[in-house]
Amino acid sequence: MEGYAYARPTSVAEAIGVLQSDAASGRRSQLLAGGTDVLVQMRSNDREPRTLVDVKHIAETNRVDIGDEEVFIGAAVPSAVLNENAQLKALFPGLLESADLIGSTQIQGRASIGGNLCNSSPAGDTIPAIIADGGICVIAGPDGSREMPCEEFVTGVGQNALGAAEFLLGLKFKTPASGSGDAYLRFIPRTEMDIAVAGAGVALTLDGGGTCTAARVSIGAVAPTALLVPEAAEALIGTQVDAAALAAAGAACSAAASPIADKRGTVAYRRKVVGVLCRRASAIARDRALNNIGGSQ
Amino acid sequence: MAEAHDYKAIGTRPVRPDGVDKVTGRANFGADLNLPNMLHGKMLRSPHAHARIKRVDVSQALAMDGVYAACAGGDFPTNERTTDLAKNCMARDKALYHGHAVAAVAARTPYIAERALDLIEVEYEPLAPVLDVDEAMADGAILVNENLHTNGDASKPASNVAAIVKFERGDVEQGFAEADVVVEVDCRVPTAHQGYIEPHACTATINEEGEATVWCCTQGHFDVRSLTANVLGKSVGEIKVIPSEIGGGFGGKTIIYLEPIAVKLSEMSGRPVKMVMTREEVFRATGPTSATHCRAKVGAKRDGKITAASAWLAYEAGAFAGAPVGPGCMSILAPYDLEHFSIEGHDVLVNKPKVAAYRAPGAPQAMHAMESAIDDLARELGMDPIDLRLKNSADEGTQAPYGPVFPAIGFRKCLEATKAHPNYTKPKAEGTGRGVAAGFWFNIGMQSSAEARLSEDGTVTVVEGNPDIGGSRASMCLMAAETLGVPYDRVRTHVGDTESTGFCNVTGGSRTTFATGLAVVQACEDIIAQCKQRAAATWDIDVEQVDWADGQAIPKPGVNVDANPLSLRDIAKNAGRTGGPILGRASVNAQGAGASFSVNFADVKVDRETGKIDVLSFTGIQDAGTAIHPAYVEGQMQGGAVQGLGWALNEEYIYDENGVMENAGFLDYRVPVASDMPMIDTQIIEVPNPSHPYGVRGVGETPIVAPLAATSNAARDALGFRIADLPLSPPRVLEAIDNQADA
Ligand SMILES: Cc1cc2nc3c(=O)[nH]c(=O)nc-3n(C[C@H](O)[C@H](O)[C@H](O)COP(=O)(O)OP(=O)(O)OC[C@H]3O[C@@H](n4cnc5c(N)ncnc54)[C@H](O)[C@@H]3O)c2cc1C
Repeated sequence: MEGYAYARPTSVAEAIGVLQSDAASGRRSQLLAGGTDVLVQMRSNDREPRTLVDVKHIAETNRVDIGDEEVFIGAAVPSAVLNENAQLKALFPGLLESADLIGSTQIQGRASIGGNLCNSSPAGDTIPAIIADGGICVIAGPDGSREMPCEEFVTGVGQNALGAAEFLLGLKFKTPASGSGDAYLRFIPRTEMDIAVAGAGVALTLDGGGTCTAARVSIGAVAPTALLVPEAAEALIGTQVDAAALAAAGAACSAAASPIADKRGTVAYRRKVVGVLCRRASAIARDRALNNIGGSQ
Repeated sequence: MAEAHDYKAIGTRPVRPDGVDKVTGRANFGADLNLPNMLHGKMLRSPHAHARIKRVDVSQALAMDGVYAACAGGDFPTNERTTDLAKNCMARDKALYHGHAVAAVAARTPYIAERALDLIEVEYEPLAPVLDVDEAMADGAILVNENLHTNGDASKPASNVAAIVKFERGDVEQGFAEADVVVEVDCRVPTAHQGYIEPHACTATINEEGEATVWCCTQGHFDVRSLTANVLGKSVGEIKVIPSEIGGGFGGKTIIYLEPIAVKLSEMSGRPVKMVMTREEVFRATGPTSATHCRAKVGAKRDGKITAASAWLAYEAGAFAGAPVGPGCMSILAPYDLEHFSIEGHDVLVNKPKVAAYRAPGAPQAMHAMESAIDDLARELGMDPIDLRLKNSADEGTQAPYGPVFPAIGFRKCLEATKAHPNYTKPKAEGTGRGVAAGFWFNIGMQSSAEARLSEDGTVTVVEGNPDIGGSRASMCLMAAETLGVPYDRVRTHVGDTESTGFCNVTGGSRTTFATGLAVVQACEDIIAQCKQRAAATWDIDVEQVDWADGQAIPKPGVNVDANPLSLRDIAKNAGRTGGPILGRASVNAQGAGASFSVNFADVKVDRETGKIDVLSFTGIQDAGTAIHPAYVEGQMQGGAVQGLGWALNEEYIYDENGVMENAGFLDYRVPVASDMPMIDTQIIEVPNPSHPYGVRGVGETPIVAPLAATSNAARDALGFRIADLPLSPPRVLEAIDNQADA
């Protein structure tokens, strides 16, 4: 019986080397960032021996670059570090709030948004926020790196587009234009340490007159993967994001949702609440955008 | 009896003696003991909620490398006297709930033990389960136990109803006929678990002479000893039980699950065996409290005088008889002075884990029903809910619905304190609701022993046999210090094992500070009596001529002797010369436990679009008799309130149609987290219990009784209509709001 092994690569090439050699020998390998999903899973139901490939010690996965055109967030940067970055917080308050919802202070010292995305749970809190913000996954692999929109990355419950010797390097975003705002809200029966029953991320841009010129809306925990909801975005675009537009966007999210009924909520409940969250998150994003009109962020 | 303000130690708030070790991680809990050559035991549990067990074959598991022992029901004594407890610890011919233990193994590592479980062959004949109290009571219901007859009456057909109990007074029909207003509530409360953080754990070893030692986390090691002996068919004297520190119990650690199995595996392997439950096992296989279906009806005159009340209670017992429906019936109307009432309770078997005690067992569910009805009555009458209760309240001299006449009780004082409380006089905020409810618990006495040992430097070691759950060591030290007249830090309290201290019943029924406290006080009085004798001998006077005051022996006023007072320290130092070590002892069967009443009220806000209820403020007011350590009394009040609020808002066992619990973990079995809760405000009322030297009543259980109804009543106030069932979880509340809007 082969036991556990732990690899701590310090370069992308080294990490890919470990993944490739394991793949070649038929041994299981698993990437490890903060470990707040991996360790819990290993202790509960998934004890199979494997190589843990720690991606925390690679420069690229720890980088945060904020440029005029583009923002890059390394896959392994812990939520607590992101939330102490004032510049990032001003640009993507909604995204950072979603990262700030994960677990508790202790968990956030480790938990990364890369890990949240790659764990690919339907209820992962940062995923709808990343999708709403138009996040692009930057994936490293044996043949160099490739990119794909976040909404295409997660392919099913616990499944994603990564190949055997690939891993997520980080996420790329367009630096938001002036008049932009984002927000993420989730519903849980408690106040923290819980799992989303439904979630909604919204990013939008207003022109000088307060009319919405661009919007993206994404919902979580109401389908096998987080969904981009273009109908909800369309309900907002061209409006002042007033009550009628908010209601229409909410209704579009309720319609787009295809939830399951389980111990966490019925189909009807989730459908309804995801609409409420979309409405409320859109209003927050609008207010943030209004504050940003004309200002360079 | 001394007035409260005369006390020197009692009523102060020193740090508990076990505190530092607990916050630094030094304290040893159930799973912390490791012995050389120790094996790890694991339980195989039934995948069916109801199944006949045709065959269990452990041979392949035993053949696995690293496995040292395996056992199943056939390895334990089985005859017509085999107790339900024994069958709950290890199934015999039938698995009665999903998670019921059917076999066990001991192996070198927990991982090997787990894999060995897969090699045990069990042939089941699955049976349809019965999963809910109404279904179980219906005609033609599937029977959990084909040999069970209601109240043991074999002339009637077998039934899932193990017992029907009734309490009546006067003529309820007449009472309701006299009423101007009658209200009725019909409600269901789900199964709730105590949610102690520490899973059950034990380590056991047995020698070739059959003498076993068990280390475990428990609320009562003497009970572990007798129950383990019962399951194994051994004598009590062959078993020694050493309690560890305990990470919560709330009633759930008053019985056993693992201990006899660990002893059996140790006997088979010749090595010590440790068994530790996972959280999932705790949920699936240990006793939560009953899910219930209750109906409460109450009628009154226009002026608020209650003319009659009735209640019908049905409690799920789980797979074996013994739901706490008796105490539910006995507490449901305890706060009120009534001429006419009738109460009928049902103890009902279903294919779920056997319930265990949970803080004031049975009372929260019953009183949720009646206190909801009383709230509706106040609305119908347009009366303040406190005034309505004051008009009907029980007081000293009232005959309790369950028989005895109350001595001094504090219910009226709690009601009056509520009316005057700033949280109650303050108008509720816009869009919020406020709800009030009363709580009650009997408390118990039972048997306790204690020793007080005087050390050579005058310090005192108290040894008693009740595991310290809520700070009882500190309370024992305070009562000993008060009695002896010495400072708190001169006394240490030690919880002895079954061989190092006299018999004590469990830490349960809120009895420890009352009953074991009584034994400790008497043991200290025994020390004082001996010290007075030593002083009398030293001074060469009669013992009747010696007084004890402020921790020293002094000659009584007017006694003509030239003597300096002799302190405890002086007497201890000279004990060798005056007759040997001084050891005080007492054992009691404590009578006169004092009932503890409470009033709780909550302010809540409802998000009408998500159904989420936020508790904005919560106030608990409770009669403690005398608060020996007020901070720990407040801690009990706050802890009970949080458990009650969790049960009211989100906690529930969710089962699928096969009787498999779907939320066997803390992620989906939602106890409140700290940020869910407001500060729980407390006010201690002190109406001393005349049956205790310092006036102690129990305080640990009453706090969980009223929060269910208080929350429900507050939600009723905020919503404008009542949701009778619990929990008031967001999906249920939103559905009710939507239905109300449609209606
Ligand atoms: C107490 C607690 C509370 C939690 N609360 C929440 C919550 O509120 N909301 C929420 O969404 N989640 C929550 N989580 C889950 C978890 O914390 C998050 O999903 C977190 O973001 C995971 O990040 P991580 O860095 O710890 O990932 P890890 O555990 O290290 O990895 C998660 C998964 O992603 C893979 N992976 C990690 N990094 C990469 C990479 N660079 N490339 C490819 N694959 C990778 C791993 O192999 C693994 O499958 C909670 C967890 C705990 C223990």
